Amino acid sequence: MADTLTEPTAPPKRQPDGTRQRLADRDGFLAWIFLVPTVVYIVALVAIPFFMAIAFAFSDVTAGNPSYGWVGLENFYRVFDDAVFWQALGNTFVFTAISMVLIVVLGKVLAMILVADFKGKWLVRFLVLLPWTTPVALSSVTWLWLLHSIYSPIDWVLRNVGLIEDNMYFLGRPGLAMASVIAVHVWRLVPLAAVIMMVGILSIPDDITEASRIDGAGFWRRMFEVTIPLTFPLIAVAALFGAIFTFTDMAVVYVLTGGGPTNSTHVLASWSFVRGIGGGDIGQGAVIALFLFPLLLAAAVLILRAVRKMETI
Amino acid sequence: MAAPTATAPRSDVPTAAETARLRRRYARRDIMSRVSLYVVAILAALVCAGPFVWSTLTATKLNADLYNPQHNPFLYNKPPTADHVMFLFTDTAFATFAWNTLWVGLLVVLITLVLGVPAAYSIARLNRPWSTPMGIAIFFVYLVPPSLLFLSLSRVVVSTGLQDSTWSLVLIYPTITVPVSTWLLIGFLKALPRDIEEQAMVDGYSRLGAMLRTILPLLFPGMVAVVVFAFTLTASEFIYALTFISPTEEKVVSTGVPTELIRGDVFFWQSLQAANILIAVPIAFVFNLFLARFISGFTMGAVKG
Repeated sequence: MADTLTEPTAPPKRQPDGTRQRLADRDGFLAWIFLVPTVVYIVALVAIPFFMAIAFAFSDVTAGNPSYGWVGLENFYRVFDDAVFWQALGNTFVFTAISMVLIVVLGKVLAMILVADFKGKWLVRFLVLLPWTTPVALSSVTWLWLLHSIYSPIDWVLRNVGLIEDNMYFLGRPGLAMASVIAVHVWRLVPLAAVIMMVGILSIPDDITEASRIDGAGFWRRMFEVTIPLTFPLIAVAALFGAIFTFTDMAVVYVLTGGGPTNSTHVLASWSFVRGIGGGDIGQGAVIALFLFPLLLAAAVLILRAVRKMETI
Repeated sequence: MAAPTATAPRSDVPTAAETARLRRRYARRDIMSRVSLYVVAILAALVCAGPFVWSTLTATKLNADLYNPQHNPFLYNKPPTADHVMFLFTDTAFATFAWNTLWVGLLVVLITLVLGVPAAYSIARLNRPWSTPMGIAIFFVYLVPPSLLFLSLSRVVVSTGLQDSTWSLVLIYPTITVPVSTWLLIGFLKALPRDIEEQAMVDGYSRLGAMLRTILPLLFPGMVAVVVFAFTLTASEFIYALTFISPTEEKVVSTGVPTELIRGDVFFWQSLQAANILIAVPIAFVFNLFLARFISGFTMGAVKG
C-alpha cells in the first residue's frame, strides 16, 4: 500500500510557465465529470420513480389499465377505510421499535465477541455472521420450517420437557406470529449492527482502554464509562440501520406468515405489495407505501446528526 | 472488551502483600472474563447458526424420518440421504438461480464501484460549494426504500422492455447499492490525509493521476467493504426480483427458491433447506475472509475511523 508513494516512475514534467492546465487537472471539471453519471442514474431511477409513486397515489392506474386518470384523494379514502391498513401501520411501528432495542443490545454483545481475541474466533465469526449474509428470503424459509406447526423442533423440545401438551402453532396465532416475525428480524440484523459497532470499538485508541484498565476500571465500568460514550455515534448508526431494515422489509413477513393469520402480521411494505401487485391496484399500493417516507426522513436526519457528532469527536 | 492483559503495575501500592493480593484479584478477574467470553461466544454462535445446523440435518433426512413428530428432530432416526440435495440440481432450476444471483451480483458490484468511487471522490475531495449538500442528498436517496419504489419501477422496467428478464435487476439494483456505497466511500476518503494527493501533485502528477496512483490503492479497504456490502444487499433483495420477474429461468435465488420449491401446499422441505445451506455458506465464507482482512487493516492503522 504505502509503497505506491515511493514508486520510482518519473512523474511527467509540468509545463514550466504553468499557464496550460490540462482537463485532468481542473478540479471543477473533474468534480462534474465524476459526479454526473451517478446523479443522472439516481435522478432517472430513484427521483423520477419517487414522484411517479406520488402521482400514482392520486390516480386510478391498475396493472390491467396503465393509463393515467386523476382521482384525487379517492385512493386515500379507500385505504383508510380498510382496517388492515391500520393494523399494518401499527405492526410496522411495533416491529421496528421492539427489534431496534433488541438489535442494539444484542449487537453490542456480539460486537465485543467479534473484536475479542480467542481460540476458534474465525469459526465463531463465521457462524455469527451467517444470519446477515444469507439472503433473507432463504433464511425466512428455514425459520418457516423451524416454526412449523407439526414438526417444529422447538415444539418437540417443549413437549419432551413437559412444558406443553399440544403444539405451539407459532405462525397460527396472531401474538406468536408477530413475536416470530420480530425474532427473525432481530436474528438477521444483529450481526450487521455488530459489525457497525465493531468499527467503533476498533477505532478507540488502545491507550485509552489501557489507561482506564491501569486506573483499575473493571469490565462494566470500562464499558459504560469509556466504550459506550466513545462509540455512541456508531451505536446510533447501527440502531437506525436496524430500524430502517426492519421498517422497509417485506420478505420476512411475506415468506414467514404471508401477512396471516387473518392479516394480523402485515406491515406497510407487505400490504402495499398485496394491494399493488397482488391485487393490481397500483394507486392504493402507492398510497400505502408513501406512509413509509416521512418516518424514513426522520430516521435519516437522526443518522446524519449521529455522523456529524462522530466527525467532530 | 474482555481481552486480558498482564496484571497492571500500581506505583502507589508499594507493599509486597498488597501487590500479591492485587495480583490474585486480577488473575481471578482474568479467568472470569476468559470463561464468560467463551460462554457468550459459544451461545451467540449457537443462536445465530442454530437454524443452519437444523437446516443441514433436515436437508439430509429421509421423508420417513422427517415427517414423524415422534422422532427426535436433532438426530438421524433413519440413515441420512443426499437424494433431496440432488433433487435440487436434477429437478429444479436451482443451479440457474444461483448462477443468476452470482452474475447479477458481480455486475451490480462493478457498476457500483464505477459510479460510486468517482462520485465519492468528487464529493469528499474536490471542494465544490455543492459538495456537502450533495453528500447529504445521496444519503437521503439511500433511504428511499424498494418498498416505496417498486410499483413505479415496475412500470419503468416494462417501458424499457426488460420485464421478465434478469437484466432488469442489473439495471435497478444499483439504485440500492450506489447511494449507500458512495456514502461509505466518502467516509473512507475523509479519513485519508489530503497531503497524500497534494504531495503527488507537487511531484508533477495531474489531479487525476494523483487520485489514480495514490488514493485508489489506499482506498482499497473501503472498496472491499463496498464490494462485500453491495453483493450481500443484492443477493438478499426480494421485492424487486419478485415484482419484475416471473419466468423460472430468469429468477434469482432469493425469489426462485421460495416460489419454485413451494408448489401450492407442497413444500419440498429438505430441498429448501439444502438450497439455504448451499447459498448461505459460500457467501458467509467470502464475507468472513474480507471481514478478517478489514479488521486487520483497522488494527494495523491502515484505516482510521
